[in-house]
Amino acid sequence: MNTKVTNKIAIGIIYFISALVILILAALLISILGQGLPHVSWHFLISHSSSFESGGGISDQLFNSFYLLIVSMIISLPIALGSAIYLNEFADPKSEFIAVFRSAIEVLSSLPSVVVGLFGFLLFVLKFHMGFSVLSGAIALTFFNLPLLTRSIENSLAAIPNLQREAGLALGLSKWETTEKVIFPAAVPSIVTGVVLAAGRVFGEAAALLFTSGQSAPQLNWYNWNPLNSNSPLNLMRPAETLAVHIWKVNSEGTMPDAVEVSAGSSAVLIVMVFIFNLSARFFGNMLYKKMTSGTGK
Amino acid sequence: MARRNKKNSQDPIKESLLRKSISAKKDMFGRSLSLSALILIGVVVFSIFFFVLSRGLMAFTLDGINPFKFIFGTVWNPTTPDSNGNLQFGAFPMIVGSFLVTLLSALVATPFAIATALFMVELQSNWGKKIMHPVVELLVGIPSVVYGFIGLTVVVPLLRKTFGGSGFGILAGTIVLFVMILPTITSLTVDALRNVPNHYRELALAIGATRWQMIYKVILRAATPGILTAVVFGMARAFGEALAVQMVVGNAPIMPNGLLESASTLTSILTQGIGNTSDGSVQNDVLWTLATLLLIMSLFFNLIIRFIGKRTNITQGGH
Repeated sequence: MNTKVTNKIAIGIIYFISALVILILAALLISILGQGLPHVSWHFLISHSSSFESGGGISDQLFNSFYLLIVSMIISLPIALGSAIYLNEFADPKSEFIAVFRSAIEVLSSLPSVVVGLFGFLLFVLKFHMGFSVLSGAIALTFFNLPLLTRSIENSLAAIPNLQREAGLALGLSKWETTEKVIFPAAVPSIVTGVVLAAGRVFGEAAALLFTSGQSAPQLNWYNWNPLNSNSPLNLMRPAETLAVHIWKVNSEGTMPDAVEVSAGSSAVLIVMVFIFNLSARFFGNMLYKKMTSGTGK
Repeated sequence: MARRNKKNSQDPIKESLLRKSISAKKDMFGRSLSLSALILIGVVVFSIFFFVLSRGLMAFTLDGINPFKFIFGTVWNPTTPDSNGNLQFGAFPMIVGSFLVTLLSALVATPFAIATALFMVELQSNWGKKIMHPVVELLVGIPSVVYGFIGLTVVVPLLRKTFGGSGFGILAGTIVLFVMILPTITSLTVDALRNVPNHYRELALAIGATRWQMIYKVILRAATPGILTAVVFGMARAFGEALAVQMVVGNAPIMPNGLLESASTLTSILTQGIGNTSDGSVQNDVLWTLATLLLIMSLFFNLIIRFIGKRTNITQGGH
């Protein structure tokens, strides 16, 4: 066959398949939003869920999702930051010792989230008697989160040109001072982008939370902010079903008469949140970059 | 105190030179702080392996289940004894289920992903960069339960209508996983294609190759390790995916004898069972063994990625 004809056919096939993929992906987004958005109302967002009647909302689940995200970020950020700084600034790249840790992080990132969740269940829920609680869930999320964060922070640090490090050392600063005062601030915009992106991933995680933060959401009392009370939103030891877990549970238990509507609405809210996280990651990164460099953006 | 004063008075200059400066102390502090964070991650990974493995081996050591029978046995009946009064723990149906959905979905997704990536990088790179790339990245971040929910409300009814039966099964799982790993594989393939230096393209076109010849004979071959890594990543994600699959696969722990029959995977039985069994029972122990199998498979995928990652077909201009 003529090479030109082959070329035309092959390129045509590529166009065709890509169009198909675009169609599939568009249909996916449209079906999630189209099914869900009609059910999202102010009432849906601010009322408690109900297990046996229709008309329940997702306020507790939505709050739990954010709360777990924040608690797990508070735990995981310092650890990820520390290890990323060590890996990029202090570690000898040829060291075997460091290679072991690098592969450990890689292995952690590829573990199925259900296994991470089971480990959290075994260690925290059962062995440490923490029960199904926000704290157990946040720690399980941390395991899931750590490799993502560490890698993204390490990449942010690695993107800072070596000239900056040399300049710092030439001024007589120690390595740590250079990192703290020169490298870290310069990397902050892209670190923030990475953190917000990771937050989007963590926000929708369900498998790791099924058996750690639990599948029940006690009705929260929005006027009680004492963290020691069991129905206070801030209590760390209460079970906390998140939005993603809610979608799964509502569908697999089937006691709720309007399960399809509730999960469609919840899915749409989840997608919109992920969308917001993605957009704000770019936005905050750019804003900080402009602010700190008085430049005009990347 | 007195001793130090005495020492100081002996040789103040030597003392001040030998003493660590505040800066050096801070340096030590920062270094050990960040190192301990790194070690903490190592400890976490180690303890995950330790706990899951030790729990997973209990079914063999404490309950005396034959590991060979466990992996190749085809009857899974953990609660009701058979005619001989024995409980049956054969995980082969789940293992087959997991591999089937993983391989099938990767098999279907790969050509789609490669074509889309080629479209985004080689054919319409402006469009690809500005519109497709953000959309694909967004889709990578969609929570897996949402994929499961769409599978439950769109894919399963569609299969029921077209083929009859319940609609739940390997095919539904494959379709859901296909849509789920498609963005993952596409986005990683795009990275692999972008890693092929531009002079490869220029050289191919300069000697008169058509666009397809350039793509097929040069670009795809140079990017093969990267594309393979992308596919294995997608497979690892599919294999470990729990909820999306569990929602559509039907969860019948029997050997899958057709793509439309209800079947099960390692993850689906695991998520379903762990809440319904009590800690320390045989039924619970065997679930941990399933978790161990998942752990080992994920390690295996990791090894493959490493093995491929070391190879490269790209030489960075050897002059």
